[in-house]
Amino acid sequence: MESVLLTLAYLASGVLFILSLRGLSSQETARRGNLYGMFGMFVAVVATAMSNHVDAYVPLIGALVVGGAIGATMAARVAMTAMPEMVALLHSFVGAAAVLVGYASYLGPEAQAATGGRGILLGEIFADVLIGAITFTGSVVAFLKLRGNLSGRPLLLPGRHLLNLTLFVGSLVLGVFFVQADGTDGLWAIAAMTVAASLLGVHLVMAIGGADMPVVVSMLNSYSGWTASAAGFMLSNDLLIVTGALVGSSGAILSYIMCKAMNRSIWNVIFGGFGAETTVKTYLPGEGGEVREVSVDELVERLLHAKNVIVVPGYGMAVARAQHAVHEMTQLLRARGCDVRFAIHPVAGRLPGHMNVLLAEADVPYDVVLEMDEINEDFPHTDVVLVIGANDIVNPGAQTDPSSPIYGMPVLEVWKAGLSVVLKRGRGAGYAGVDNPLFYDENARLLFGDARESMDRVVTALKAGR
Amino acid sequence: MRVGIPTEIHPGERRVAATPDSVRRLTAQGFTVRVQAGAGQAASFPDDAYREAGAEVAEGPAAVWGECDLVLKVRPPADHEADGLREGASLVSFLWPAQNNALVERLAARRATVLAMDAVPRITRAQKMDALSSMANIAGYRAIVEAAAEFGSFFTGQITAAGKVPPAKVLIIGAGVAGLAAIAAAKGLGAVVRAFDTRPAVKDQVRSLGAEFLELDFHESGEGGGGYAKEMSPEFIAAEHKLFLQQAREVDIVVTTALIPGKKAPLLWTKDMVEAMRPGSVVVDLAAEQGGNCELTVKGERVEHRGVKILGYPDLTCRLPTVASQLYATNVVNLLDELKGAQWNVNLKDEVIRGALVLHEGRLMWPPPARASAGPAGPAPTQAAPKPAPQKPVEPAPAVAAPAAAPRKRSWIVEAIALVLLVGWLVAKLTLTGEPSPATVSLLQHLTVFVLACFVGWQVVWNVTPALHTPLMAVTNAISGIIVIGGMLHAHGDWTSAAAILGIAAVLLATINVAGGFLVTQRMLRMFRK
Repeated sequence: MESVLLTLAYLASGVLFILSLRGLSSQETARRGNLYGMFGMFVAVVATAMSNHVDAYVPLIGALVVGGAIGATMAARVAMTAMPEMVALLHSFVGAAAVLVGYASYLGPEAQAATGGRGILLGEIFADVLIGAITFTGSVVAFLKLRGNLSGRPLLLPGRHLLNLTLFVGSLVLGVFFVQADGTDGLWAIAAMTVAASLLGVHLVMAIGGADMPVVVSMLNSYSGWTASAAGFMLSNDLLIVTGALVGSSGAILSYIMCKAMNRSIWNVIFGGFGAETTVKTYLPGEGGEVREVSVDELVERLLHAKNVIVVPGYGMAVARAQHAVHEMTQLLRARGCDVRFAIHPVAGRLPGHMNVLLAEADVPYDVVLEMDEINEDFPHTDVVLVIGANDIVNPGAQTDPSSPIYGMPVLEVWKAGLSVVLKRGRGAGYAGVDNPLFYDENARLLFGDARESMDRVVTALKAGR
Repeated sequence: MRVGIPTEIHPGERRVAATPDSVRRLTAQGFTVRVQAGAGQAASFPDDAYREAGAEVAEGPAAVWGECDLVLKVRPPADHEADGLREGASLVSFLWPAQNNALVERLAARRATVLAMDAVPRITRAQKMDALSSMANIAGYRAIVEAAAEFGSFFTGQITAAGKVPPAKVLIIGAGVAGLAAIAAAKGLGAVVRAFDTRPAVKDQVRSLGAEFLELDFHESGEGGGGYAKEMSPEFIAAEHKLFLQQAREVDIVVTTALIPGKKAPLLWTKDMVEAMRPGSVVVDLAAEQGGNCELTVKGERVEHRGVKILGYPDLTCRLPTVASQLYATNVVNLLDELKGAQWNVNLKDEVIRGALVLHEGRLMWPPPARASAGPAGPAPTQAAPKPAPQKPVEPAPAVAAPAAAPRKRSWIVEAIALVLLVGWLVAKLTLTGEPSPATVSLLQHLTVFVLACFVGWQVVWNVTPALHTPLMAVTNAISGIIVIGGMLHAHGDWTSAAAILGIAAVLLATINVAGGFLVTQRMLRMFRK
């Protein structure tokens, strides 16, 4: 009877999770979707707690309260610009939890008492710990890279593919020992495997460049799902399997979309090393063409006469936290009858949809925020394009220069507009370390300086020029 | 593939379908080019210039019509020219297939492939091939030049020692490409310019050129398809008549450019309006070819009625033969680009090619099937300042591209599932003998659930709008905190045992994830507003 109730509760919970993801298909239903998710989680936790598998309530409730408080504080405090770090960190928790659950299952009475099918169970524990450990350390490295504690440049050890392979095969060999060992004798094997898998996770993400972070984060998202699924197999728990599979596919789809947006294969991204071979270039007059600078006053003059303006935000806007100033400029221009829209490249920022969240935070209405495919045709009819802290996603070399590392990547065709102004912090190349011919284009002007300061000056001048 | 450029034989026609510049591009596209001797003479392109550009110059029309695989022409071919076309050859020119049925049949008898420059669809992508717009632009400019030549005074106002001259007042009726070009030209000469159009959407374009947009106290949109206007109701026409009569007393120059596709041009400038104009005023009727917008227009003539001069020249573009040839030739070469040059890929799926295609190897392809609704044809406000070549106001790009992206996404998962099933089946076939153990059966059941859940996840997540990808990640992150259940299941019995402690620790970590993920998602979603 008890197990019937539990199964039904899990079924309800699984359905609620599906509805939750479904709700995210549009902005109107998204909030309801999130509530479905919360409710699903609530049902699952309460039903599990009430089952006869669980009786150590005091420490359990303690853990739930403490964990919930920490999570809620993080959620309330995190800046929207720091979302990529937060998401990466949360992934690492799932990985760590999976490793712990794996060990607990191994040491717990079920595994030790199991006779028939012990091999299968141990295999499942092995898979759970392996994926969990990779997810954990990979996410931690991604977190540190995104925060800037580690360099965004890819770390390329000699023979790195061989190293990956050795660690992976070594883990599998250890797995064989583990499955064959009696009692808890296999503990050394799984501990050694955990170390190997952790190293693998670190090394995999270290080798990936900063520009590929959106893919890495969504892949880790996928891994965290597969981890939960593996734990479900291990514990014979269908809810974990279903939920893990939902999350796993979601992350896989996001990775796929990101890779497509960069015109690169998933393998190329995972095994990385992209953008390493080029050195940072600086833009000096006479090298590759003339870079034309523009002053804030000139820019404002052009904006005041523009009929339509497109803003292309990039990671630089997030770093400078310029989104509020950008919004204020948008409002001023719209009040003058100028049509201002935003063009979002799929890999702008360090997280899929990162720019949308930042603009939403600054109160920019989402119906003027358009996808690349929706707006790319409109650049030729646009008077002024403002590129704020973006580089590779507006690089015409992706269309014209077959030797460019980003050749073939779809880009926003800002150079077709009447004037494109690039707000740039310094004279270095973009995250991918690729030279950008846009800067030498005769329709392009550069405005050097911190994006937020520049935008603030633009806003002030716009107010004065009214 | 050899492309031939014949001399235009229509009386007064001075344009040519290729210039030395376009010959260079044709050569780059892989064609060999043959030009009839003297073809470019009237447009100031001597034979030597063609030779220099790499073309072969041949005497007589037969060398072009009878020996080339593709003929580029401006005017529709005369009957004997069409009959001289080599069997199975191709032709690109203005054709007007709706009016020239007999000609189309003649060409079909030659099993020709024919692309009509006048049938290129007027969509954003095809602007660079839009010869109608190129020609209309020239006609609009030339209309002002003709008017200035007939007008007895300055266009611009002047205050001289000998007295004050007021600026000329110009009224442009119909603000299509020709109308806009006329506005720009008149404005450039210093006149006071007013314009009228039944389509309110062109108001901004008119104003952007510095002209005044005249409006009626009457609301009816004249937006037709393809950037043209449609016919209006009698009430509207009465209101319009009143406005024009009033304008007739004030203005010096009237340029009418109103055309309705496939119909006689609408009568806009009646005899009483002409009589209301001051002697010395000029009316230029750009619709003379289609019957004229002015009641007194005589096609091809300059008529004077009570001192008002009415010009009905249908050949305004031929009066600027050099630039007209240059723009037309570029339009043609751009269209050939769509056909991959000399590879001659007549891709029937390509909207532009399909639209322009009248005959395909002798088979009648015109008119093309109606394409998916492009919505109301609101011309996009394109130009902000007077440009030498005002673009045709175009319809928004058709909304047919969007659904095409959907089907490809689903491809992997089916293959992946098939692979998993195949591997599973092979493993089972090779390893299992006798009855499977309960553990194996349960593994298989879990596998079933897993694969189905992947499938559901795959289907659901593709519907997530890209703008919500970050919230999607945060929510899936929270949901993957479901691993909390795994930890909880170990929280029983002696909670100081190693398993229970590890389980509780896992619960702690997973709960951070659950709470953090859901709450941050909520925070983000609250920010999205319309």
